[in-house]
Amino acid sequence: MPDPYSLRVNGVDREVADSDLGESLLFVLRERLELTGTKNACTEGECSSCAVLVDGVLTCSCLVLSATAAGQEITTVEGLGDGRDGLSVVQEAFVNEGAVQCGFCTPGLIVAVHDLLEANADPSDGDVREALSGNLCRCTGYGRILAAVYNAAEAKRGQL
Amino acid sequence: MTSETSSNAADTDIGTDTDVIVDAGTRGVGADVARPDGVPKVQGRFAFSSDLWAIDFLWGHTLRSPHASALIRGIDIGPAVAMAGVHAVLLADDVPGSLTYGLEHGDQPALADEQVRYVGEPVALVAADHPDVARRAAEAIVVDYEVSEPLTDPEAAPAAAPIHPNGNVFRELVIRHGDLDVAGEVVVEGVYEVGMQDQAFMGPESGMALPDEDGSVELFVSTQWLHVDREQISGCLGIDEEKVRLTLAGVGGAFGAREDLSLQVHLCLLALHTGKPVKMVYSRDESFLGHVHRHPAKMWYRHHADRSGHLVKVEARIVLDGGAYASSSSAVIANACCFAAGPYKVPAAHITGMAARTNNPPCGAMRGFGAVQTCFAHESQMDKLAAALNMDPVELRLLNAIGPGDRLVTGQVITGTFPTAEVIRQCAYAPEAEIPLSDDRRDLPGGSGRTTDAADTVRGTGFAVGFKNLMFSEGYDDYSSAACRVSDGVATITCACAEVGQGFVTLAQQIARTELGVDEVVLAPAQTATIGSAGSSSASRQTWMSGGAVQAACREVRAQILADMAAEWGVSPDGLVLRDGLVVSLDGQQEALLAQVTGGAGYEADVEYHHAPTETLDENGQGNAHVSFACAAHRATVDVDPDLGLVRVRDITTAQDVGRILNPTQAVGQIEGGIAQGLGLALMEEIVLDDGLVRNASFTDYVIPTTLDMPDVTIAAFVEEPEPGAPYGAKGIGEPPTISSSAAIAAAVRAATGQPLPRIPIRPADIALG
Repeated sequence: MPDPYSLRVNGVDREVADSDLGESLLFVLRERLELTGTKNACTEGECSSCAVLVDGVLTCSCLVLSATAAGQEITTVEGLGDGRDGLSVVQEAFVNEGAVQCGFCTPGLIVAVHDLLEANADPSDGDVREALSGNLCRCTGYGRILAAVYNAAEAKRGQL
Repeated sequence: MTSETSSNAADTDIGTDTDVIVDAGTRGVGADVARPDGVPKVQGRFAFSSDLWAIDFLWGHTLRSPHASALIRGIDIGPAVAMAGVHAVLLADDVPGSLTYGLEHGDQPALADEQVRYVGEPVALVAADHPDVARRAAEAIVVDYEVSEPLTDPEAAPAAAPIHPNGNVFRELVIRHGDLDVAGEVVVEGVYEVGMQDQAFMGPESGMALPDEDGSVELFVSTQWLHVDREQISGCLGIDEEKVRLTLAGVGGAFGAREDLSLQVHLCLLALHTGKPVKMVYSRDESFLGHVHRHPAKMWYRHHADRSGHLVKVEARIVLDGGAYASSSSAVIANACCFAAGPYKVPAAHITGMAARTNNPPCGAMRGFGAVQTCFAHESQMDKLAAALNMDPVELRLLNAIGPGDRLVTGQVITGTFPTAEVIRQCAYAPEAEIPLSDDRRDLPGGSGRTTDAADTVRGTGFAVGFKNLMFSEGYDDYSSAACRVSDGVATITCACAEVGQGFVTLAQQIARTELGVDEVVLAPAQTATIGSAGSSSASRQTWMSGGAVQAACREVRAQILADMAAEWGVSPDGLVLRDGLVVSLDGQQEALLAQVTGGAGYEADVEYHHAPTETLDENGQGNAHVSFACAAHRATVDVDPDLGLVRVRDITTAQDVGRILNPTQAVGQIEGGIAQGLGLALMEEIVLDDGLVRNASFTDYVIPTTLDMPDVTIAAFVEEPEPGAPYGAKGIGEPPTISSSAAIAAAVRAATGQPLPRIPIRPADIALG
């Protein structure tokens, strides 16, 4: 076993002990740090259910060796709530617009939409579709998800 | 106060109230209520079956066959057992009860014994203290296979040497209806094929089993039907059903793939053997091997019509590849045959069907369940017939549209609502969206791959309508159970219905609010220990069946409360209602807080809800085999690059026979999501097999629609004709969106290219080289 190391997740330093060096960031978040919000749908970088922000960069955590993320600022879905009732405008829009069915792709989408709206406050339909084209959802057909994104973008602009 | 009753929509008035007043302000039935698990799901707090944890738990892993057909001459587990961190290695001999299980026929081994029949068949199990150790240990097991030529052609299966003691034919079926000697003035023929589709739910198969000292086991798992899992698991474990306690863990989608067992028996075996909690999570490639798929189909059709376009006779032969084990193949082939002629008046029909056993991966339930395959064929035929008659394809469909009072090819007369013609009209005649040819690469066939120019594309529009049954058929009594308790003004609903994403949890709360006039409705966990079976979350049946059970349980409790208050106030219970957390008399004279009335012991009812009984099909495929039907229509507009064979779907317009909408947003979600799966089947999704070997078991190679593939969906109409016998008149809505959307898209590609395209998914080469 390698030496213990520390990951900074959602603003908190977390000790990672007894972890095999081959473990992905996804595995360590889920199985060692009890942050199971980050999901494991394909574990090969195709579905983005495991999306997190690493130093602000949208990243498939299944493709990152955990130890290499030491010293970087990691944000997971659990670290995104900020508004009323602990929900961000994006999270609130997903609930209200019916963007959630089974919910397995939802955390990855929430992270990806936060990332999108940080970079582009008023995205076009094409911008949204392109930004989320790496997030697979099998339940919704994306219609309500897109509605939630537009709703969240508008709400976010209204907050400024 | 408790009571137990059994209600049957056929002989009581429970569940027949289609005139409930819907007030969107009440958060009751009909209102646009948000799902109760939405907040934990967006926060990442919702516990899916892969998120479970227990002290000192082990990881399980499955060793699977790399061969489609082989005898097992010997297995050496020594190298695996010797590895540090390995706690158990189990083989078929370690299965204490029945070696085999199955939904309808117990023909599938929990672990292969002497023989493997498909690539991916489980052979051995490992439990270890780390998932990588478990995987490496499984790889270290040495299996001595004697490989043989696999049987991969379903048409050859009946005459081939049996690959299973039960033979190579799961079911043959014939429908003979009307005068089979008649012939039409116009006859069109076609041979159609549908590839093997995967449900591709996002949450992989996973769960955790916890052993108990008394030899019982607790299993937290994602499934579609807890009680039928329990029955099969206890059979394999050789212990009483009461000793297997299942709780539904968070389900990441299902679409039919979780109706059969996957890892349930394996988890329990490992937990009971090691005495420790055991967790398993399939990887995506293992998931592709670990569950059943949609049956590939080959279908030969001949349609007869008179010169005015009236259908005279439909002849069809349907062959489904069931793969290595039975699963639900016998029910899927029945559906394929029963709905083979489409939602049309067909005076004569001769339809034969066969589901064959092969060494391909097992096939079973997937959204649409047999009706998807034949819809592609019958709608292709209707277009071909329209062309032969020089008629408008929509007019031809309207001319033949089936409705109440008409007979299906099974002889069954439709007694409920079935507004096929209205659904066709609403969809086909909806205004067409203006979709300009765009220079934005993201809107073009091939997307941002920058392969197509707008000038190279051709546009086409296609139309299709399809239908299927709601609930299980052929005499099966797929009842549901629910309990309602009202205490201190709060309702608690207990039902084992598997919430797989469809939104039953929302509807259960809405129903309780409407029936009891309460606002707070608690949903107890779905478990086998606390309530009877809810039946499967499949066949578009839970809104009706478990919705009906919840409604009946709530009404039973309401009747108890009103009877007590009527006695106390010396009035008739008919003059009392529950609303806004109060018991009130309609004359305004009496009022009491429900929280007070239901304080202390409270009120409770436990109900079993049955649909009207159905019959088996006779030797001519005739009989009242189905409970109810629902249809939908789709109009698709596509842009195609004919040289590159690339397709971009630009619009889907739909209308659907829904009975009554209970939650508008959830209904839209079901329709959009179902259409996405139909689009996938039409254009991109197929499990590619090579001598039984799955060649594309990953999301890299098995491609499902993304935001750039799915167009906006226009819902031209929810056609609301309340269904007699259904709670609030609501029909199930999950499957129809998937049935005819594929056929409509295929028709649109044909219209754009002029090519026959008799097979879905339509591959680029089918267009470019066709």
